[in-house]
Amino acid sequence: MSHAATAPKTEASKRWHWFRLASPQQFYPLAGRLLPWLWGLAALLALAGLAVGLLIAPTDFQQGDSYRIIFIHVPAAWMSMLMYVAMAFWAALGLVLNTRLSSMMATALAPTGALMTFIALWTGALWGKPTWGTWWVWDARLTSELLLLFLYLGFMALQAAADDPRRADRAGAIVALVGVVNVPIIYFSVQWWNTLHQGSTINLTRAPSMASSMLTGLLLMVFAFWVYGIAAALQRVRAIILEREKHTDWVQQLQEAR
Amino acid sequence: MYWNAWPDFWSMGGYGLYVWGSFAVTAIVLGAELMLLTQRRRQALAEVRNQRLLHADDSGEFNDPPP
Repeated sequence: MSHAATAPKTEASKRWHWFRLASPQQFYPLAGRLLPWLWGLAALLALAGLAVGLLIAPTDFQQGDSYRIIFIHVPAAWMSMLMYVAMAFWAALGLVLNTRLSSMMATALAPTGALMTFIALWTGALWGKPTWGTWWVWDARLTSELLLLFLYLGFMALQAAADDPRRADRAGAIVALVGVVNVPIIYFSVQWWNTLHQGSTINLTRAPSMASSMLTGLLLMVFAFWVYGIAAALQRVRAIILEREKHTDWVQQLQEAR
Repeated sequence: MYWNAWPDFWSMGGYGLYVWGSFAVTAIVLGAELMLLTQRRRQALAEVRNQRLLHADDSGEFNDPPP
């Protein structure tokens, strides 16, 4: 009997609980508790991935040891696209629901996404020279990835130029949403256009075309970059929360700011 | 272990420049980001403290009691 009476109440309190997590005040300490674990996990995964990729995995019969660049090139390239989609998602959510934390998440993702794009381009050039004989070609894959870097930088520059943080959020959201069209173009460019760039090494529909230790190393590095990206974004969003909410009572009462 | 000796490892079958150039720059870039993140947090906390001192007069929090 009491069950029927309490059920709606727990449902309501649960919803309230999730809604509360969207407030910077609730999110700040939660992210703070998660961060040491995330940094530790990222370091462990990276060490394991580097050990497997650089020490255990055999050489490639076609590319020799230059193929080992894959262990950072592919994770960085995936993260560069994934983080842009995540940034556009949070920016759109902030634009539609007018939630401060969503927009702050978008702002926090941009610098790490730009770094991932830079790493993908840099390692791509260093891989292209020995395998294609050139550092750079203006083909679809490389050009659209370079455009991604400019989209990140444009987003950051536009946000930095606006005085009012809420106006910066809205302006940034427009760039993020317009630019998101570029992500599928990068992803499918190797299928749609002729290119020097090789197709995907890992595919959901067929067996991977690489030795199992190579694949293990690559997956470990992908997870390491993934966790690093999450940790860096959370670390940055915590600083952004402090910067934007420094006048509020709850920030003023934080023990770490005493 | 795939390698027989450390010199083989460092030369990466003749591709050392490209492989280590990739890994080193990645390490430098990510290390720099970690430093900047730590610095940004320190700066943000300092701003919070400044904000408190700036408004200490309004709240009376840091004022000495009148004699």
